[in-house]
Amino acid sequence: MNILVCIKQVPDTKIIKINPKTNTLDRSSAPAILNPYDAHGVQEAVRLRKIHGGKVTVLCMGPPMAREAIKKCVEIGADEGYLISDRRFAGADTLATSYALYKAIQKLMKQDGIDLVLCGKHAIDGDTGQTGPGIARRIGIPPLTNVIKVEEVDLDSQQMKVRRKIEKGYEIIQSKLPCLLTVEKEINTVAYSPLPNMLRAARYEPIVWTVDDLEDVDIKQLGLKGSPTIVGKMWPPAKSEGAKMIDGDVKKQASELVKHMLEKRELFEVKGGEQA
Amino acid sequence: MSEKFDVIVVGAGPAGTSCAYTAAKNGLKVLLIERGEFPGAKNVMGGILYRKQMEDIIPEFWKEAPLERPVVEQRFWFLDKESMVTTSYKGLEWGKEPFNNFTVLRAKFDKWFADKAVEQGALLINETVVTECIVEDGKVVGVRTDRPDGDVYADVVVLADGVNSLLAKKLGFHKEWKPNEVALTVMEVMKMPKGSINERFNVEENQGVSVEIFGDATKGALGTAFLYTNKDSINIGVGTTLSGMIKKKMKPHQLLEDLKTHPMIKPYIEGAESLEYLAHLIPEGGYDSIPKLVGDGVMVIGDAAQLVNAIHREGSNMAMASGKMAAETILKAKDLGEFSERNLDSYRTDLYDSFIGKDLKKYRDAAHTFEEHPQYFEQYVPLMNRAMNTMFTVDGTPKWDKQKKIMNSFTAGRGKLGVAKDLYRAWKAVK
Amino acid sequence: MNLEEYRGVWVFIEQREGKLVDVGLELLGAGRALADKLEVDLCGVLLGSNVKDLAKDTFEYGADKVYVIDDPILEQYRTETYMKAVGDLVRKYKPEIFLYGATANGKDLASAVATEVMTGLTADTTLLDVNLEKRLFEASRPAFGGNIMATILCKKHRPQMATVRPKVMKKLDPQPGRVGEVIEESISLKEENLKTKVIEIVRSAKAAVNLEEAEIIVSAGKGIKDEKGFKMVEQLADVLNATVGASRDVVEMGLCGHDHQVGQTGATVTPKLYIAIGISGAVQHVVGMQNSEMIIAINNDPDATIFNVAHFGVVADAFEIVPLLTEEFKKALKNEVEAEEGGVAHV
Ligand SMILES: Cc1cc2nc3c(=O)[nH]c(=O)nc-3n(C[C@H](O)[C@H](O)[C@H](O)COP(=O)(O)OP(=O)(O)OC[C@H]3O[C@@H](n4cnc5c(N)ncnc54)[C@H](O)[C@@H]3O)c2cc1C
Ligand SMILES: Cc1cc2nc3c(=O)[nH]c(=O)nc-3n(C[C@H](O)[C@H](O)[C@H](O)COP(=O)(O)OP(=O)(O)OC[C@H]3O[C@@H](n4cnc5c(N)ncnc54)[C@H](O)[C@@H]3O)c2cc1C
Ligand SMILES: Nc1ncnc2c1ncn2[C@@H]1O[C@H](COP(=O)(O)O)[C@@H](O)[C@H]1O
Repeated sequence: MNILVCIKQVPDTKIIKINPKTNTLDRSSAPAILNPYDAHGVQEAVRLRKIHGGKVTVLCMGPPMAREAIKKCVEIGADEGYLISDRRFAGADTLATSYALYKAIQKLMKQDGIDLVLCGKHAIDGDTGQTGPGIARRIGIPPLTNVIKVEEVDLDSQQMKVRRKIEKGYEIIQSKLPCLLTVEKEINTVAYSPLPNMLRAARYEPIVWTVDDLEDVDIKQLGLKGSPTIVGKMWPPAKSEGAKMIDGDVKKQASELVKHMLEKRELFEVKGGEQA
Repeated sequence: MSEKFDVIVVGAGPAGTSCAYTAAKNGLKVLLIERGEFPGAKNVMGGILYRKQMEDIIPEFWKEAPLERPVVEQRFWFLDKESMVTTSYKGLEWGKEPFNNFTVLRAKFDKWFADKAVEQGALLINETVVTECIVEDGKVVGVRTDRPDGDVYADVVVLADGVNSLLAKKLGFHKEWKPNEVALTVMEVMKMPKGSINERFNVEENQGVSVEIFGDATKGALGTAFLYTNKDSINIGVGTTLSGMIKKKMKPHQLLEDLKTHPMIKPYIEGAESLEYLAHLIPEGGYDSIPKLVGDGVMVIGDAAQLVNAIHREGSNMAMASGKMAAETILKAKDLGEFSERNLDSYRTDLYDSFIGKDLKKYRDAAHTFEEHPQYFEQYVPLMNRAMNTMFTVDGTPKWDKQKKIMNSFTAGRGKLGVAKDLYRAWKAVK
Repeated sequence: MNLEEYRGVWVFIEQREGKLVDVGLELLGAGRALADKLEVDLCGVLLGSNVKDLAKDTFEYGADKVYVIDDPILEQYRTETYMKAVGDLVRKYKPEIFLYGATANGKDLASAVATEVMTGLTADTTLLDVNLEKRLFEASRPAFGGNIMATILCKKHRPQMATVRPKVMKKLDPQPGRVGEVIEESISLKEENLKTKVIEIVRSAKAAVNLEEAEIIVSAGKGIKDEKGFKMVEQLADVLNATVGASRDVVEMGLCGHDHQVGQTGATVTPKLYIAIGISGAVQHVVGMQNSEMIIAINNDPDATIFNVAHFGVVADAFEIVPLLTEEFKKALKNEVEAEEGGVAHV
């Protein structure tokens, strides 16, 4: 079973800083990491490979520095990693991203054949989750989003069943292979990589492709040019005028608070009593 | 699977990376194992990097290394409650090539340095903790890590795992350090606009200042505080021996808080925003605390070997020099075809013959002297301050009388003989 | 692409098991304002099996027209069928703006449709407007982990599409009797040609934490420190009959499940009363609760930013005030009951 995982390198938004003057991301403040959801994607691919055999390949579009994210995937257990990196990819929104990845996937499909594509639920820098379904649409395979469990893979009948997270529950959906899954964190826990993987990753050099290595590429659909959406203005979230502070000792504070809470009297049902 | 390397270096601090760099450069198959997310991620240092030992490893490193500012002025502040006596040397020649020393932020510098070792062919793995040395027939043959399938082998294991060196301890090379052999230091990196730094410390854009602070900063305990200027941040920290900390019942973070709000210090850091808070031990046992350095298939370098000159605040340079010497010894042993303690022992003799051994020997009594005689820190700094105050307060008293008063204040505290003894003892300790 | 051909504001009307989902109605509220500004129709898109009757409800909430495809093949949401259906409608009727709820299926559909019809899509928007002069849709959303707001534009492609978080927009008050036009379309897919099949849908009725619909939320932050502190918060929630929320840090500490998390990567909530205990007020948390009707913040740090969004604040140690508050509140309710009972007794 050959599995392709699309992975992205993202700034760690936990420690991100915004330049208050320009309202732009202070990149130096945020180290680049492997998108956490994608790590779960790779882990799932490695798990499935253990059961069904085959090969796990990761694919990433990004600057040369994104090699590091691919190496991280090799630590988790990926066999091979491709980086598509070219100035002409830069500035892509999700539509242009899915196009570029699709072109690379086409080439990889010709090389090895691909039974399953995995993506993260979303990338934490943009939180969009649009790339996965976009890729699926372009390849012409079904996207199954928000997957929390792979229930079953049957390579003979080329079918798989997965559990999708939906509001207040889940659904089990069956799909022909190949298909594309976007995975939630619940799907697995990313294991602590064994030392041989670490050594392999430290030595590993991803294969880098530029636009010229891909076939039949419509340059107009790439990067900034191929992106229908653009960022207009940016501004810091509004600040309100602030809370009315209640002073005094704790006792007084508590009873004052209760008074304010009772302004919303209709919310509190009185337990007991009133039906009698 | 159990891959074998020529050398495994544990810890990608200045010591380990120097060793890995030198060994890899000379064609050895080197594995460098670091427990942090990346080299330098958690490494703490006041921030002075000395040019010489680094240059011995990478010539003209300042042309590409991520350095903060070359230090052009070294200040010493003897702090009392509301006053201080200062001395300093400023030399603009230090601001030009080949420079004297630099302020650095370890998180950036260590990463860069480790990348250089990787360029030379060393294999670096991060986020991996070495839990013990693998010993077979009394010989160290590899290390065990905390990862699944985590054993890996080598002809020589170099322990550069820093001050606590649990690994060397497990081998029985040293015991738990005593509270007077280590200093506990806390520091903060604080963001400050370039302009404010230049103004407050009276320097140009590409000039740095290092300030060593004595006296009230450590509440009289044996130790120092420091203030270093980076590009657009400053490092402020304070540390005392663990024993001093215990004796005076001080909390390290409180010491730093007090320093930051000290009326003499506060104006320098006003408005600066705290970026990072770090705490770390410094090995300060000196010459007599150096552990066993060499065994069959194993060597100890850097802080793990207690190679710090506390008086001159030198550590990273000794770490680097020891790493380089260790690598050179391994290369010789490789020619001999055997990595026994005997063949590796020239590292130890080289080390003792070098500036490291000599400097540490010179100051071997210093720390103990100051520790045993707290008057140096507790009494003399305030006395110095009062002396200056007396001398320079213009109040109509003849200078001659003032001098007498000052002398009396010194001898009143320690007695005439006491002062003489203190002077002699201090001179002897650092002679 | 001739942009002039595209007119009208569309809303995807999500239904689950034959019932309208709130977010669709909320979007009609938001869409109404946009359509009025642009002087165009507000249209719903309703797909499913036996769903035609739901259309009239959408009129009451502001729709002028509803495109309905009622076909057994659309009974359950599947990307391949819904994408085809919506894609066909878009190609045929050419809307200029198209809004979807940012639900599991809404996001899935919008992403697929955007690629199907090759247009731009803005995810998770919280603020919608139009620039009349340029006749451009302005979809704004928190970016970079919520540290900043950004407006996303789609200048040269139509429709201009966006997904919108549930609970962010407001439903209009329903106008009983308001009517509109139902336009029925059909879909030409055969089950045997499809690649996917929904086998089972499980909506766990088990009192799943339902923050989004809660009217009272008591939320715990890292200031409550540990299990004991969390218990204390639960006790207050119990007395108030409130749902327990939490900051991400508390979820990450393992004190409760992710379904309790309020904020950018958790639930967006709009309760009538939100009590934040030991929560610092990081933007990522605040974007998820700032629209609550009344916010009370308890924090021992007078400079905590949570006080900027709160309506009432107390600087106090949670461990002191929360148990007290629980007691005081119990007492207040009890007094009321007694007063009432007393009253009854006199009759
Ligand atoms: C506050 C402070 C200020 C200082 N100021 C100066 C100064 O201004 N100038 C100066 O020259 N010196 C200074 N020093 C001393 C200097 O920092 C040290 O001497 C120097 O860092 C020693 O280098 P090292 O490589 O031996 O150890 P370290 O820098 O401590 O590196 C040890 C490395 O080993 C890793 N490690 C540890 N255990 C394991 C394990 N089991 N498995 C894998 N990895 C492991 C650690 O993560 C670390 O990266 C200062 C020290 C402190 C604490
Ligand atoms: C991309 C991204 C998405 C995120 N999504 C979310 C999200 O959805 N939801 C979310 O909540 N966070 C989210 N975060 C995390 C967010 O940035 C904050 O880290 C988090 O909200 C802080 O949680 P806290 O307020 O509980 O903890 P802290 O920030 O540590 O605050 C604890 C507070 O408790 C107070 N306190 C301490 N002791 C007491 C006491 N005894 N009595 C009273 N008060 C006390 C302190 O003064 C402090 O203000 C996200 C971050 C990123 C980068
Ligand atoms: N530049 C990229 N390279 C590879 N995969 C990507 C890239 N951008 C997005 N993806 C994949 O698409 C998923 C969703 O990303 P997004 O749509 O940006 O939220 C990610 O988790 C990745 O699996």
